[in-house]
Amino acid sequence: MGFFDQFRQGLEKTRKVLNTDVRDLFKAGEILDETQLEAFEGRLVRTDMGVAAAGEIVAELRKNFEGRTVKLDEVSETINRKLRDLLEGDGSSRYDAEDPLSPLRLRADGPTVILVSGVNGVGKTTSIAKLSKLLKDNGKRVVLAAGDTFRAAAVEQLTLWAGRLGCEIVRGEPGADPASVAHRGAERLIDSGADVLIVDTAGRLQTQKNLMDQLDKVRRVLAKKVEGAPHESLLVIDATTGQNGLSQTKSFSEAAGCTGIVLAKLDGTAKGGVVIAIRRQMAIPVKYVGVGEGIDDFAVFNTNEFVRALEI
Amino acid sequence: MFEGITTGLRGALSFIDRGRLTEANIREGMKQVREALLEADVNYDVAKDFTARVSEQAVGERVLKSLRPSEQIIGIVYRELVSLLGGDPDAREFTPESTASLLGIKRDGMTVLMMCGLQGSGKTTTCGKLARLLQRDGVRTMLVAADLQRPAAIEQLKTLGGQIGVPVYTEDPAASTPVQVCQNGVKAAKKAGDVRVVILDTAGRLAIDEQLMRELRQIDNKCAPDQAVLVTDAMTGQDAVNSAKAFNEALELDGVILTKIDGDTRGGAALSIKAVTGVPLKFVGTGETLEGIEPFHPDRMASRILGGGDIATLLEKAQREFDADEMEDAQRKMAEGRFTLDDFRKQMQMINRLGPLRNVMKMIPGMGAMAELDPGIDMDKEVHRIGAMIDSMTLDERRNPDRIDRSRRNRIAAGSGTNPADINKLLKDFSVMGGMMQGVSQMGMKDRLKAVQQMAGQAMSNPSGRMMQQKQRSKRGPLDELKAREKEKRKKKEAKKQRKKNR
Repeated sequence: MGFFDQFRQGLEKTRKVLNTDVRDLFKAGEILDETQLEAFEGRLVRTDMGVAAAGEIVAELRKNFEGRTVKLDEVSETINRKLRDLLEGDGSSRYDAEDPLSPLRLRADGPTVILVSGVNGVGKTTSIAKLSKLLKDNGKRVVLAAGDTFRAAAVEQLTLWAGRLGCEIVRGEPGADPASVAHRGAERLIDSGADVLIVDTAGRLQTQKNLMDQLDKVRRVLAKKVEGAPHESLLVIDATTGQNGLSQTKSFSEAAGCTGIVLAKLDGTAKGGVVIAIRRQMAIPVKYVGVGEGIDDFAVFNTNEFVRALEI
Repeated sequence: MFEGITTGLRGALSFIDRGRLTEANIREGMKQVREALLEADVNYDVAKDFTARVSEQAVGERVLKSLRPSEQIIGIVYRELVSLLGGDPDAREFTPESTASLLGIKRDGMTVLMMCGLQGSGKTTTCGKLARLLQRDGVRTMLVAADLQRPAAIEQLKTLGGQIGVPVYTEDPAASTPVQVCQNGVKAAKKAGDVRVVILDTAGRLAIDEQLMRELRQIDNKCAPDQAVLVTDAMTGQDAVNSAKAFNEALELDGVILTKIDGDTRGGAALSIKAVTGVPLKFVGTGETLEGIEPFHPDRMASRILGGGDIATLLEKAQREFDADEMEDAQRKMAEGRFTLDDFRKQMQMINRLGPLRNVMKMIPGMGAMAELDPGIDMDKEVHRIGAMIDSMTLDERRNPDRIDRSRRNRIAAGSGTNPADINKLLKDFSVMGGMMQGVSQMGMKDRLKAVQQMAGQAMSNPSGRMMQQKQRSKRGPLDELKAREKEKRKKKEAKKQRKKNR
């Protein structure tokens, strides 16, 4: 399925407009100087990877190549390797593109619970729908728990998706305690003998202490009902997010114990570089990317493709 | 909001503040300013231009020879920041603008507002917030649900409309197109007669999606909205400028509304929107509830970014909320040293009306950092508790706190659901505070502010102190800080004497 194709299609347009490539900046045969490095740093910063990560890459280039004649292959190889190091950490987060469920820690001997959280408007509900489709297509039975009892019509949104996908859904009254919805969801999961429960939560800014506590409660309730739950705690991050993504990941990890990131809305002009900054500071890998508005526009994260798409 | 920029800049500028100002350390300082701006998601080019402009002015001879060069540089940074935010740094007075004039609502006839933005930026919620503001000012408003794409977007707008009593025009998404909905919505509003503002809630889109941009242009052509407003997430990174540019090219935007600035977002990229597109920022969204919206003030924001606080907003609010007679009365009493617990309670209620204490503190210069101390402490709860304690006292006790003995203390604690140690602490704090207030109230306004900042500074040096500590204390009751300090001092003196003797 064409994650990369779609992804690149989206980016192709930007590429044409910006027409940026390392080759335009570092010309073979020229001597690498400070002006070029600074311009390159600007290009890195524009991907939202943050000043620190950009500085690290530039420092590496400076160390290896400054004052020497540019050999394009070596330069891009250094950049790519550095980016891959930043993104993959110890290499445990390399996934099999052929097996779309490989990033998920699905339990072999019982039902799996997936908790999904994130700030407002990042695309949590849509990502859940896409993930459910993926699971369903791979022969898993999915139950959804509509834990966003706060935003007007959020439950309806997930119900619509559930209807389209043919998933069972557990709903709560508006304003109900999301933990109670999660609890009932877990009960339903056990009773119905389904494979996976996905718990939606209301969007919340990470500075809202009481709402973050509520998230922690949802997690505790799930853990009480199903052993080891939530087995996956996915944080959805909008690809347009800037350095605030760092703060989001920190706070949500504390409250919900994030095990992975879903990078949504990667089909716009934004490059989602903030996950580099995140990975640089924390050991939370990107597991999936959302690359479009359609239900199938969802794919396993692939470092090489991502680095290529950053177009630096 | 924008604490990120504030902290970063404060760090950068304090570097300049140290020692003598040379060309070299201006450059170093500017590098740090630039880094701080970038970490805050300010667009790369905007940050670069910004620091270039500032250092150009700062390196000039006039600055180097001036008496307090660092202050002058801060002045330059402030002025540049205000300009960057779209304000006039020379404007002294702030003239409040009504919601209607900010949104360019026509005096007579009907105004059509078109809201657009990326997915998840908060368009629908913002539509509801604006409708509520307008409705409150007596401007009849109608919402049109033209987002046929996101499941349940129509439902959401309907619910919001119901909450604020604003009619919502909807059509069946399966049998209509966004352009039709908008056209029919405007027609329906005209038919209703008394509707003065129509707000079109369009579908969220990714700026590069040609098809949806075309749809937006169609609505623009067919309905000829008077104002096109872009809703942008304040958390957006470097891409904010790209999408704003794309929307501006398609629609010629009239204004921008920044949402979700109540988080710890640095909001830098959103600031660059003004610099790059020239479209003014009009409102900021400050929460999920329908009340969470405020007009955008470039100058105030700039001074907040520089750590100068937002005294103007606070004063404006205070003037609206405070009872002038009561204030005067309280002040007179303070000066005379007759300030009782009862008066204290009244003052607390007044401050309460300004909003959550943490927000109030953020607006006072020098106290912003204190408000950030420990997000886990609910200051408003604390104020509420103190209120309950005072409420549980008799009038006589409030006027003469000395009269409160152990038995009374136990009664008050039982009545307010606290424990006797808390009551003790309150009484002690109050007597210390009474002395301070008497001093403060005899000063002029300027000295008073200084004193407040000093107090804040003291609290900063003892971050775990004051009201937050109670729960960790032993049952024996609070330790008397003053006495303990006295004791330490005496001990040191003794030791010194001893050393002298031994010599």
